[in-house]
Amino acid sequence: MPLSTQSQADIDQYILIASLDNARNLSNILKAISFRDHAIFNATQNGLKVTVEDSKCLQANAFIQADIFQEYIIKEDAVGFQVNLTVLLDCLTIFGGSTVPGVCTALRMCYNGYGYPLTLFLEEGGVVTVCKINTQESEEPIDFDFCSTNVTNKVILQSDSLKEAFSELDMTSEVLQITMSPSHPYFRLSTFGNSGNAHYDYPKDSDMMELFQCTKIQTNRYKMSLLKPSTKALALSCKVSVRTDSRGFLSLQYLVRNDDGQICFVEYYCCPDEEVEEE
Amino acid sequence: MDCVVTGGNVKVLAKAIHSLSRIGEDLYLEPVEDGLALRSVNSSRSAFACFLLSPLFFQRYQAASDQSFRCKMPIKSVQAVFKSLASLDRSVEKCRIQLNSETSRLTITLHCKHGLLKTHNLSFQDCESLQAVFDKESCANVLQAQPRLMVDTVLHFPPSLDEVNLSVSSDRVWLRNHVEDDADSLRAMMTELCLSSEEFDHFAVGTQTSVTFCLKELRGLLVFAESSGLPVSMYFDEPGSPVILSVTDSVLEANFVLATLSEDSHPKNHVNSDTKHPDTEQPPDDFMSDDMDSFLIAMETSELPGPSHAPASPPRPSNNRKHSFSEEEALAEGPPNKKFCSLFFGSVLPTPSQLPNQTMQSQEVLASDSEDENQTETS
Repeated sequence: MPLSTQSQADIDQYILIASLDNARNLSNILKAISFRDHAIFNATQNGLKVTVEDSKCLQANAFIQADIFQEYIIKEDAVGFQVNLTVLLDCLTIFGGSTVPGVCTALRMCYNGYGYPLTLFLEEGGVVTVCKINTQESEEPIDFDFCSTNVTNKVILQSDSLKEAFSELDMTSEVLQITMSPSHPYFRLSTFGNSGNAHYDYPKDSDMMELFQCTKIQTNRYKMSLLKPSTKALALSCKVSVRTDSRGFLSLQYLVRNDDGQICFVEYYCCPDEEVEEE
Repeated sequence: MDCVVTGGNVKVLAKAIHSLSRIGEDLYLEPVEDGLALRSVNSSRSAFACFLLSPLFFQRYQAASDQSFRCKMPIKSVQAVFKSLASLDRSVEKCRIQLNSETSRLTITLHCKHGLLKTHNLSFQDCESLQAVFDKESCANVLQAQPRLMVDTVLHFPPSLDEVNLSVSSDRVWLRNHVEDDADSLRAMMTELCLSSEEFDHFAVGTQTSVTFCLKELRGLLVFAESSGLPVSMYFDEPGSPVILSVTDSVLEANFVLATLSEDSHPKNHVNSDTKHPDTEQPPDDFMSDDMDSFLIAMETSELPGPSHAPASPPRPSNNRKHSFSEEEALAEGPPNKKFCSLFFGSVLPTPSQLPNQTMQSQEVLASDSEDENQTETS
């Protein structure tokens, strides 16, 4: 580990140390939720959870488990802070983010605690950069109160098929309507744009459909502008689970494999557009 | 109306639509017995394109029950249906186009791999039939080349170049960029390409001539031709008459009709060649002008409950006819002093084979250029 030039005293003062041989294993997944500048970091024994919210209607979370890190030391039960995500990403990719095989940026992320900046030690090819990013007091992320017992409909799809649909969505439509039903049309994405409407139907027996558990027909609309950022997570993922609960809240969970094949998760929660009631 | 396209033809259909999008903003769709006609025209009516897909192009072809169905819609809406062009042949198994008369929507359904079904319900507008009248057979000059040749030739001209001049002699073709002003020509970069007749699959030059037309619209056809691998035929005559580019195979026919610049009445400018006709001998066209400067596109229109139109003269103040005639230049003398005017093109009556379903209605001028005072239309 090339960043071992720090003294033991330095290391002792940190309440959180997380190291990665390949910083992309963190930066890639953070890019999937980087639709706003600010992110809430919450570190526990289990790992790192990064949350980004938009207008109290949309929340994205990225989970990077402790075992993804080459080194993960946490001295408190929970460590929370808020940073500018855009700045953090710029730092993580400070060496240019090249994808030359065998060359990657190593990262050691350190945090002293409340009031201290987040310190990043980045190294590539023998060159070390130290970044200190100011932190703010972390706000409490919204609790969407989405629990699995309340889930009415759930499907798990392979991401490839959804990727194409999302890339083609009519952006002149203000809403994306999601219909889930035990009978036809099973799983349908609809848009209502300037030129007319469009429907993307996934049958329950499609080989892209890994799981289909729909108990009753539900149609909900979500603001397109809120869901658009989720396409970044979709692009990285190999599988996605789509769940709606009895209130029409949407949960999208993406299974992402990082450069080393390890699994991380990204999830998006979105409130339904108020105007349409569930059927 | 209910048509089904399968396999590789879905991509051909998509490419035809993308090709038409380079011409105009609206797609005119008209299912006729002969096939599905997809057309577009540009706003100045100086470029028109038509793809006619024969019933054999389709797995199933059922034209509208009321023969006079036709519609237009913004071409961007239709392009959006075929967005992922590159993966179309891999992902789409079947494409169905249906008219839903109850909801007044054109429904395009793509049956894709893995059971995915994409349904687009597009709103459309009723419209008049759009058909530029042109006659390939009567053109004095016909060239045919592989699309690769044309693409490679056009590559030498900057994408921003609007107009290109094509000149032919008995054994050579020159392509040069057209510069409007003599003053500009001193400063602009001039590019000239010369191709020998041997490079063409077919080279029939009846009249040595030089025509100038818009390059941008030509590129639209070339993209299609290159992907389909079909040779491109060019039919043209004297300046002022449209140049027609055509790509044909057994199941489709594409025609791009582009206006050419007409010229001033430049007196006695190296009139050569026997096949040139003096002005007194106008071809027996319904719509012919002596005055090269004010040709108008003749668009045959038939309204839905179509009464035929009496030929209406465009509202022109004066009825003078200038007896200028088409200039055919010897190429060596260089470009004449052309007055730049909006690009219009004249048209000739279609042969019966061209428009089997259209009754020979007299042509009504829809758009006219106000620049030139001299009246052109004859009835």
